[in-house]
Amino acid sequence: MFFLSHIWLIPLLPAFGATLMFFFGRKLQKKTVSAVCVGVIVLAFLMACGAVWQYSDYAHANPEKHGYETTVYTWLGSDTGQLTYTTQAGTSAEFRADAGFLLDPLSSIWLLFVTGVGMLIHIYSTGYMAHEGGYYRFFGYLNLFMFSMLTLILANNYVLMFVGWEGVGLCSYLLIGFYFHRKSASNAANKAFIVNRIGDAGFLLGMFFIAWIFGSLQFTEVTKLARDGAGHFSADTLTYITAATLLLFVGACGKSAQLPLYVWLPDAMEGPTPVSALIHAATMVTAGVYMVARSNALFWLAPKSMTVVAIVGALTAIFAASIGLVQNDIKRVLAYSTVSQLGYMFLALGVGAFAAGVFHVFTHAFFKALLFLGAGSVIHAMSGEQDMRNMGDLAGKIPVTYRTMFIATLAIAGIPGLAGFFSKDEILWKAFQKSPALWAIGFVTALMTALYMFRLVYLTFWSPSRVASHDIEHHIHESPKSMTGPLVVLAFFSITAGYLGVSPSLGGSNYFEKFLEPVFVNKVEATEAPASSPAPSEEGSRGTEYLLMALSVAAAGAGWYMASRAYGNAGKGFSEPIAAAAPPVYNALLNKYYVDEGYDYLFTGRRKLGGVRLGAMGLGEASSWFDANIVDGAVNAAGWMTRLTATISSWWDKWIIDGVGVNGIAYSMLPLSWLSRLFGLGLVQWYALVMTAGLAGFVFYYVYH
Amino acid sequence: MDAMLHISTLHYLVLGAALFLLGVIGVLTRRNVVIVLMSIELILNAVNLNLVAFSRLWGGLHGQVFAIFVITDAAAEAAVGLGILIAFFRNKETINVDEVNLLKW
Repeated sequence: MFFLSHIWLIPLLPAFGATLMFFFGRKLQKKTVSAVCVGVIVLAFLMACGAVWQYSDYAHANPEKHGYETTVYTWLGSDTGQLTYTTQAGTSAEFRADAGFLLDPLSSIWLLFVTGVGMLIHIYSTGYMAHEGGYYRFFGYLNLFMFSMLTLILANNYVLMFVGWEGVGLCSYLLIGFYFHRKSASNAANKAFIVNRIGDAGFLLGMFFIAWIFGSLQFTEVTKLARDGAGHFSADTLTYITAATLLLFVGACGKSAQLPLYVWLPDAMEGPTPVSALIHAATMVTAGVYMVARSNALFWLAPKSMTVVAIVGALTAIFAASIGLVQNDIKRVLAYSTVSQLGYMFLALGVGAFAAGVFHVFTHAFFKALLFLGAGSVIHAMSGEQDMRNMGDLAGKIPVTYRTMFIATLAIAGIPGLAGFFSKDEILWKAFQKSPALWAIGFVTALMTALYMFRLVYLTFWSPSRVASHDIEHHIHESPKSMTGPLVVLAFFSITAGYLGVSPSLGGSNYFEKFLEPVFVNKVEATEAPASSPAPSEEGSRGTEYLLMALSVAAAGAGWYMASRAYGNAGKGFSEPIAAAAPPVYNALLNKYYVDEGYDYLFTGRRKLGGVRLGAMGLGEASSWFDANIVDGAVNAAGWMTRLTATISSWWDKWIIDGVGVNGIAYSMLPLSWLSRLFGLGLVQWYALVMTAGLAGFVFYYVYH
Repeated sequence: MDAMLHISTLHYLVLGAALFLLGVIGVLTRRNVVIVLMSIELILNAVNLNLVAFSRLWGGLHGQVFAIFVITDAAAEAAVGLGILIAFFRNKETINVDEVNLLKW
């Protein structure tokens, strides 16, 4: 069990590559950089294959275990007993987060396609970035991304997964802003990271809830507690679990670009095309799906959250598909396509078809990566032109790119025989079983998917040439082998990967779903099944399934047909049918429903309405104005009042107390005492006169009395 | 000579009163200390005159005897007064009674 016990090497190999680039990258030659960075991923892929191979033996030998788990070291937590806390149920729990790895069917699927597609994209990048500056930086970031993604996938607890989660967010920022000299690129990188962060806040809160409810953050622990306690949880606990799952889903919305938090993904196309392929098509954006799938035990306990997930997924799917119908940048179309397909995956998870959702992630990784890499090849051939209005008639000139992209388009549209058909049909069938309304949204989205994808193919490859300048036209050439090789490999898988999950109605045995069965046991339904109504008859459901299948194929075909009618002969200055039919609708779609502008008004505060900022930032500005003027004004006024009273007080003291009271009494003594002063005149004759007057008075008194 | 004015006691008293009044006014009014002392003598002599007049009226000698005492007393008092005057002059170099005002407040 060498590969299993050394599973920690798998994330560490690309980490080593990244570290090497960090310290020595500048001094290395391009071929050394390629050898190291691509080499570590190839090694990681081989080790991943070995690990999954050995895991199947391990699982047979230990049927009671839910995956192979190994702990490398204790990261957060100690045995001192200082980290205990009380859970929601009142018991005491110890906080612990290990650097531990878990390999079970779910993570092995992710491991295989992440390392596999990652390896192909690394090889592709050696060709694509051959003439670009910052070669070592690109590969260093790419390896750092692989390290973070592998940590995310292989983690055995929420905290380590969050480390990987943040790591991929960071690498997304670094790689989107790779051409940081361009303002638009650095803005896009900021946008991606900030919107992601909003989701991360939700993830963290969800984690806190889970730690509080279950007393542990390890996946196996939490799953076991959730499944064992199904049916015994109190209503309060269930409310908290619903809250926790909703918050986790907010995190998934941020990372996997679902409805309110999808705005970063189209702008993320500013990064180099291999980045778009790896991060924003095949791997990082699926992290949200992985997290929800990993927490399926919790979601089963919270049917309301699952409904939310399904509705948000369905709405995102149709919303993004509608915007993708009119975009002119080839990469933007693919970006909105990614958002839409992610919506499908969440729709699947929300209706309880976890295996179908994971299957779609698996197949989508191949054909979406192929589409992006092919678009990169087209852009390379067109010397940097990305606008489809300036392309056309490239089929003969870049045959390998054309053929592989055509295969990917067939796959994504859901044409039978290719991977996308099997996975998408699973989802639509399971959605119909839960709610026909959701199926209807998915169906319309499938039609739109086919329409915009074939629009892309027509405008790029089949329509008459609208190439702007002669220089570009002469320069069109097929990409080097390093770029076309991965395209061919991915095309192969876009066709064959679907056969792993052929549903029973088509005669297959759906190895995929069986492989994932231990992960997605639904204890809640198992305990409730006896009470529910009997399942619809096999015959009836088979019939419906075939009908729905036929409808989706018809939708794909209809999309192809509509695209051929509208764009088959699109010469220079062709008009968009939607623009011709309903210009307001076209404008709304072209401007992405003005969602970014709406966010500007509501949150970022970059727009002002008559000089006053709106939204959340406006509130901040208003509060700061309030604080500076009114609150501080009150303080200043109090100070001014104090000085005023002090002035009055001092005036009173100086003029009234001192002046009137003290000095006044003194000054008044002089006039008031003249009578007494007469006694002290000092003149002898005056004394004699007073004596005489007194004598005369006495005499007169006695004489006249 | 019966048409002559008969000098009665009243005349003596009036004269005495007039001399007394003159003396009082002199004491109160004059600036020169010597004149004040002389005025005091005048007062005493006026009193003598009064005494003698009443002695003539009542026929006894009490008034005259008292007048002799008063004269003696006046002489002693004049001596003392002059002594005070000399001392005063030695201090102040002046005999202006207005200048005796050290006890002025």
